[in-house]
Amino acid sequence: MQLPFGGVYSPVTCKLKEKTLSDLLKTPLYDLHVENGGRMVGFAGYDMPVQYKTGIVTEHNHTREKAGLFDVSHMGQAFLIGPDHATVAAALEKLVPADILNLAKGQQRYTQLINEDGGIIDDLMVTRQQDDEGTLYLVVNAGCKQGDYDWIRKHLPHGIHLEEHQDHALIALQGPAAEQILANNCPDAVDMGFMDAIASQFTIGDESIDIHISRSGYTGEDGYEISVANNKVRAVADALLANDDVILIGLGARDSLRLEAGLCLYGHDIDTETSPIEAGLLWSVGKRRRVEGGFIGQERILREIAEKPSRRRVGIKPLGRAPAREGTEIQNLDGEKIGTITSGGFGPTVGGPVAMGYVQAQYAKPETKVQLIVRGKALEAEIVRMPFAPHNFKR
Amino acid sequence: MSNTKYSEDHEWISIEGDVATIGITDHAQEQLGDVVFVELPEVGSTIAKGEDAGVIESVKAASELVAPVSGEVVETNGTLEDEPGSVNENAETTAWFIKVKLSDASELDGLMDSDAYKSFIA
Repeated sequence: MQLPFGGVYSPVTCKLKEKTLSDLLKTPLYDLHVENGGRMVGFAGYDMPVQYKTGIVTEHNHTREKAGLFDVSHMGQAFLIGPDHATVAAALEKLVPADILNLAKGQQRYTQLINEDGGIIDDLMVTRQQDDEGTLYLVVNAGCKQGDYDWIRKHLPHGIHLEEHQDHALIALQGPAAEQILANNCPDAVDMGFMDAIASQFTIGDESIDIHISRSGYTGEDGYEISVANNKVRAVADALLANDDVILIGLGARDSLRLEAGLCLYGHDIDTETSPIEAGLLWSVGKRRRVEGGFIGQERILREIAEKPSRRRVGIKPLGRAPAREGTEIQNLDGEKIGTITSGGFGPTVGGPVAMGYVQAQYAKPETKVQLIVRGKALEAEIVRMPFAPHNFKR
Repeated sequence: MSNTKYSEDHEWISIEGDVATIGITDHAQEQLGDVVFVELPEVGSTIAKGEDAGVIESVKAASELVAPVSGEVVETNGTLEDEPGSVNENAETTAWFIKVKLSDASELDGLMDSDAYKSFIA
């Protein structure tokens, strides 16, 4: 048997040249991971915990039932800075299909950087700061960040610049107890709605630590992402972990949580070949943008909106117990290939295997029966609506 | 004297007469993490040393049970298919995978004893 987790884990997402183990970067919470028995692996160039002592299933369930703390400091944080919101928004709108101009102060939005062919360079969160005077805050994927920054800078007009926010860590507190827990140190958190973002303070005794928080995440649960200075993140993490309902969560449970929530993982479910329309992300394309266009790659995207894409990302429920992993061939009942699984594994909340992937459009309807070729055998499966586990956002 | 041997593929092999009971080691289950799926060969089928003789999947990864010996499968532990998590609880006792009637007892000579396996994983 080949034991997993040795060496470098999971393909890096954005064609980044893989680093060897000794080259891996460490986040400011590296010591915390090691102290807590984190099983460290290379991920997107960083030495990250795939799980802690209790294991992925326990971490997953704990996040759904109480709260989990995730170190996502490997992700890229940056500011896009210009003279005023309209100018900065217009510059970013050239690169993404979301409506950024009408993003309200203190609001976050999900979108994608699109290449000339309408494929996805990366997916990202864009926040208009609460006290905005022409600054957008971006959070991009770890494995993509350098490519993203190069792409953005290449396309920025004079007068607008991208500033990397490297001196800040990013942690996520996710789960139904997150609000109550964060409110102990940051009462402002309570009044936020889903995708709200504020600047606030995290208070520990007499000390007030500046934080930027958004009510969002990558688990399908209510929760927050907290940006805080590298030299203060340990204090914030320790204060949160002092609560009995909070445990550390590694990359393994982060993946199973987002898969059950039906959320895309860049480099797997979306990439430079897939468009946001095929990926089922039409909801993130602004209504105004569908009419006006004005972004790189719009040709394919607007065409697919009008004519419907030829393939679609769908949820797939294997009907037996065997998980179907990424790369598994999807066939129709006549044994013809109709698509490929892009993410698949075991969903602890579902209590069985779950997957997502792309199929030809005529097979995308929920309840369509398909078969998955696992170890040479055809396993029964069905197209299903996502999410697999209901979202629990603070609306 | 112990009659349990260990393979480099992290299996234990307990020998009684010409029948070997095969499971995965506690070290293996710990490294795999939560086991969520087990697939066993058919009783009556023949397995060959070094070839796949079953599937073990944890949340993150799929692994194969590599046959440490050759022979005919005479019994399988069907409870593992219903309760794969028992591999994490009782890897070296009740959560055995298969019993095999040895076709070549000399294959046992290449396996490790307990002390050798402990050094192997150290």
